[in-house]
Amino acid sequence: MNRIDETFAQLKKEGRKALITFVTAGDPNLEVTEEAVLAMDRAGADLIELGVPFSDPLAEGPVIQEASQRALDAGTTQVAVFDLVRRLRRQTQKPLLLMLYLNSIYRFGKERFFSLCEQSGVDGVIVPDMPYEEKDEIEGVADAHGVYSIRLIAPTSHERAATIAKGAKGFLYCVSSTGVTGMRSSFSTDFDEFFRQIKPYASIPCAVGFGISGPQQARDMQRYCDGVIVGSAIVKVIAEKKEAAAGPVYDFVRSLREGMDG
Amino acid sequence: MSKIGRFGEFGGQYVPETVMAAVQELQAAYEHYREDPDFRKELHGYYRDYAGRPSMLYYAQKMTRDLGGAAVYIKREDLNHTGSHKINNVLGQALLAKKMGKRRLIAETGAGQHGVATATAAALFGMECEVFMGEEDMERQSLNVYRMELLGAKVTGVSSGTRTLKDAINEAMRDWTTNVENTYYLIGSVMGPHPYPTMVRDFQKIIGEETRRQMLERTGRLPDCVVACVGGGSNAMGMFYDFIKEPSVRLVGAEAAGKGVDTALHAATITKGTKGIFHGMKSLFLQNEEGQIDPVYSISAGLDYPGIGPEHAHLFETGRADYVDITDEEAVSAFEYLSRTEGIIPAIESAHAVAAARKIAPQMGREQSLVICLSGRGDKDVYQVARYRGVTIHE
Repeated sequence: MNRIDETFAQLKKEGRKALITFVTAGDPNLEVTEEAVLAMDRAGADLIELGVPFSDPLAEGPVIQEASQRALDAGTTQVAVFDLVRRLRRQTQKPLLLMLYLNSIYRFGKERFFSLCEQSGVDGVIVPDMPYEEKDEIEGVADAHGVYSIRLIAPTSHERAATIAKGAKGFLYCVSSTGVTGMRSSFSTDFDEFFRQIKPYASIPCAVGFGISGPQQARDMQRYCDGVIVGSAIVKVIAEKKEAAAGPVYDFVRSLREGMDG
Repeated sequence: MSKIGRFGEFGGQYVPETVMAAVQELQAAYEHYREDPDFRKELHGYYRDYAGRPSMLYYAQKMTRDLGGAAVYIKREDLNHTGSHKINNVLGQALLAKKMGKRRLIAETGAGQHGVATATAAALFGMECEVFMGEEDMERQSLNVYRMELLGAKVTGVSSGTRTLKDAINEAMRDWTTNVENTYYLIGSVMGPHPYPTMVRDFQKIIGEETRRQMLERTGRLPDCVVACVGGGSNAMGMFYDFIKEPSVRLVGAEAAGKGVDTALHAATITKGTKGIFHGMKSLFLQNEEGQIDPVYSISAGLDYPGIGPEHAHLFETGRADYVDITDEEAVSAFEYLSRTEGIIPAIESAHAVAAARKIAPQMGREQSLVICLSGRGDKDVYQVARYRGVTIHE
């Protein structure tokens, strides 16, 4: 059984919602990323996403764009990210997902990529520039290696939501609002309506991400769905604290957890 | 894998889910209007009365004599309103956007030619317009920045990445993702997700169709070779498309070799690129073994792009078209050559095609003919060419 399924099943049993956290791998270096992931684990994150740096991250706002550039400047490579996952796997059994652009998989070689995912202990991938229509680019290979390709649904999806939800695995990544990643102070999306278009077709959990920046928003959002994803707000802590980020990341993720559970 | 919008294995629709509905809406609208007689009539009215089509086909007598081979003809896209072929595509897409009820146009631009054309169409149709342009290109092409502003557009500088065309496209895509409900992304080349590569080619194919007709009228036969510069590849696809089905017509694209394809400073995607997925399409890209997109270089801001339209990748892979490399030095030399020989100052982009023709025409027979697609005029490049030659002029 994939760790993502196990985690959501366990959370459901406990009546809690998933906290999914994100950091860019290699920002400012892979040692800090390792410490930050373990800090998030201890602070109560349920699933953890590692962003693989890309030269042209066109779904990202400035915070993750800059983190991606710092990680590339530090010489972060795909193989080094797999090594990081191997090290993390010896220390945590939480689901680990890679968030990356399709070219990174395609150029690396799909078979080689997913076989390294399986060997190192990656449970899923999130590919923001691969819509449902192009899913066959990787889904078959990913399946063969027991790795979930997480599908995304946006507020603009409307009737597409039913098609996307059918046959999806792990969880549905529900994009909170139009636009790129990054902290937002408020949302214009009608979430009742948004999840009404998704829920009837979703046989797996739904998690909402993009723009969620603090404990209160995480708390407000969790009632609509099964999990809340926080990325840029954590990446911003790392950008500010650099090598000393692990402690502040722990405190921030702890505050998110308490916001959701309190 | 989806079959729509594919040229062999190239093409596709690799965009975030947030804009997927908009891409499909555009696809449906385009399918509808491309066959609509009223739309076609209205567009051709603008082509004739506003853009100045058909563009002239000029027999370059002195160049022909000097090169001593094929008769050289020049398709004068530089004489179109706004000074380049870009207006053909822009009028088509802006009219389509208007029919779709969109009020805001966004565009990326490299040399500024597409941005100027888009700003022009926005003024014509009374639409809001924002153009994204790399800060490096804004410095190289400050004249065009001011032209866009004169036309009422907002020009937004892009400071990320290499600060050139690629980054301008990234930022335009981010804006589109954010404002997708009211915004039409007017892509300037035969690139991006389906339907853009097909649609832009269809709006540009008038170049080749006119050339065919004009050559038949003038010489009674088809040209033996057509030459066009290739960045994303829109003027080349426009020139090539009507001749693809004519095996006797050789199709040649001229890529920007910058300081040379064996240096790191070039933009020769076909020669040096590998298969990848970026900017909405599967095509050829200049990238490293990890799939990171390479910084590229050309003296020409319009050819300074690390990818190429998917149909070109297909024409290359099937061997239907040939692609040659032209360095900065060859392009500048051709810029000067055409100015002195024929009294036509070409855009530095188009000068790459002129440079290719200077190599090809002498190898052809005198009974043969070659057509250069002169995609734009060179006023915008005079300052930069002077600087390249070490001449200081005051702007």
